[in-house]
Amino acid sequence: MYKYDDYDQAIVDERVEQFRDQTRRFISGDLSDDEFRPLRLMNGLYIQTHAPMLRVAIPYGLLSSKQLRMLAHISRKYDKGFGHFSTRQNIQFNWPALETVPDILADLATVEMHAIQTSGNCIRNTTSDQFAGVAKDELEDPRPYCEIIRQWSTFHPEFSFLPRKFKIAVSGAEGDRAAAMVHDIGLYLVSNDKGEVGFTVFVGGGLGRTPYIGKCIRDFLEKKYLLSYIEAILRVYNRFGRRDNIYKARIKILVNDVGQEEFGKQVEAEWEHIKEGVLKLEQKEIDYAKSFFTSPIYDDVAADDNSFNEVKNSNDAFSNWAKRNLYPHKIPGYHAVVISLKAPGIAPGDATGEQMDSIANLSDQYSFGEIIVTHDQNLVLPHVKQGDLFLLWQALDVQNLATSNIGLLTDMICCPGLDFCSLANAGSIPIAKQINEKFDDMDYLHDIGDLKIKMSGCVNACGHHHVGHIGILGVDKKGEEFYQLTLGGSSENDASLGDRLGPAIAKTEVANVIGKLLDVYVKLRKEDERFLETYRRVGIKPFKDNVYASN
Amino acid sequence: MRVIKDRSIIDDDWSLIRNIESSAPIPEGDVILPFVFWQTNRDQLLKTKKSHAIWIDGSIETESLLDDIDSFSIIALDFPIFKDGRSYSHARLLRERYNYKGELRAVGDVLQDQLFFMERCGIDSFQIRDDKDIEQALNGLKGFSVRYQAAADDTIPISERRKFK
Repeated sequence: MYKYDDYDQAIVDERVEQFRDQTRRFISGDLSDDEFRPLRLMNGLYIQTHAPMLRVAIPYGLLSSKQLRMLAHISRKYDKGFGHFSTRQNIQFNWPALETVPDILADLATVEMHAIQTSGNCIRNTTSDQFAGVAKDELEDPRPYCEIIRQWSTFHPEFSFLPRKFKIAVSGAEGDRAAAMVHDIGLYLVSNDKGEVGFTVFVGGGLGRTPYIGKCIRDFLEKKYLLSYIEAILRVYNRFGRRDNIYKARIKILVNDVGQEEFGKQVEAEWEHIKEGVLKLEQKEIDYAKSFFTSPIYDDVAADDNSFNEVKNSNDAFSNWAKRNLYPHKIPGYHAVVISLKAPGIAPGDATGEQMDSIANLSDQYSFGEIIVTHDQNLVLPHVKQGDLFLLWQALDVQNLATSNIGLLTDMICCPGLDFCSLANAGSIPIAKQINEKFDDMDYLHDIGDLKIKMSGCVNACGHHHVGHIGILGVDKKGEEFYQLTLGGSSENDASLGDRLGPAIAKTEVANVIGKLLDVYVKLRKEDERFLETYRRVGIKPFKDNVYASN
Repeated sequence: MRVIKDRSIIDDDWSLIRNIESSAPIPEGDVILPFVFWQTNRDQLLKTKKSHAIWIDGSIETESLLDDIDSFSIIALDFPIFKDGRSYSHARLLRERYNYKGELRAVGDVLQDQLFFMERCGIDSFQIRDDKDIEQALNGLKGFSVRYQAAADDTIPISERRKFK
């Protein structure tokens, strides 16, 4: 993984001191609330329902065991002993005291971490594929490019006061696991007809109250132009994006207003001026970034260990876990292991300090000390030998981390909702709980198979409800919490926005309605058809009829 | 009035006029005029004045200044509210693309914690918001000892400095 040099370390160290001074000026009254707000937001600090919330950046989701131990330490020392992994591959602490935040940042800086640009109207953490570097369908590891973008975007002098926040995702595989189509810029590594690898560039995707799938403005961008092209996009956006209405300020609105083709032309015109300038990447810069993302030294006889198959045949619980929580690895005999942070009764994405420490230790023992945060709010140990899987599973089980539900109904994406967030209209965590209580039969869940439920407590869509196979949006109706369901969304290569099922339903009915939707699916599905495929084949009517007919 | 110029606090007599009818008589003295007014009265102004100072708000396209760019000794860039970042792009374009060598002055909601970014974009003078302590605001220029990007103030990107040792 990327290792800071003196330059990187100087920047985070100086940032700690700068924020310490800003916090001091705020507490002493030199800075008003309004003046402090953008400063603290550019450091990921929100003032929330109960206390400040601090969002710490985890660039493209990659953590070392040492970093995860530091997060565990911070959760205990400054918070209530847990942290919340977010859909942006970051971690959030919900209870730090404002005056301790500079100390938290100082602790983070000792392990090459920070909270820079995790909020605010600036370029946010660049996200990527949780199986980057290990997936079989990968053309090239996207993370070196994420790191190049991270450095270029950090304290970018021109783009720190954009019309609105700006999110970039990079995917390097055939299967898009980075939801690149719903980002302000989505980059796909592709090869052209000459066999050269470059990027396809999408802009203007995004969720929120006006969801859009990204539009392609360039089929093939040579790697050396990565930064100049992004800078051109950002410059057009910074100059011409709307600033009069916060709900129309994202780049997706600009792209939609001027049109995909015209927007592309404006970008290309700007790019012509700068493409051969200082932003042009030399091969040695790309090679430098790549040098940090080499493969560990794998055991070349890992595949010879047969114990894995033997235990699977004799242990149903382990077998179920292996079926859902393993992802194929490019090296024979290895697997990427997904650790579920969606155990019943736990707020999706939450982990205690003790769990974090334990995962850090397990990653040292079994996975070269690497951990990856997924945008589905789970954690991945990317390189585990099959012969170690049973021991790992047992150790995870002790920590309530072995729920075998990855990709299943209970592997929900869920924002913090009304329980923590000051923007929310409705609770998300209580709905997750309700769903977990109703669907507690593992055999049923495995039978239903792949199903992505995504839930947001308000239209800002932090829970990505638009792209859930079943999306749940909390709304406020005269002071009561109601839930609007959508069907058929997807954030993968076949990206689509969900269709509205019908009138919002009462809080107590959410899990029951999901049950009714699944009844329809079970009745109509053909062979191995997943919920999403059945929905796309039969349309919304039978689902609608079954939910609303009886009412 | 005091402004920060080239990292020092100086006394300055330029006064900024934001609103003026295009048909109004040309104001006397050292005034920074709205670009639209300046354009309307261009010929007369070029005849009568030696030094020209204009003010542009974020919606003026930088390209529209090009014909007369050599006439200006001050271009004031507006920050009506600190969150409005359009003038950062204007500044870089004026410096880096159009090679403007005169003074670029930030006016409006200009605060300590934005100065670092402004200076990096090529702004060299700052009219700090009235109610703020200008001496303290100077600290905002200390910023960071290291920068990842090349910009108007620094054309060497970090990749060159690193030399991939």
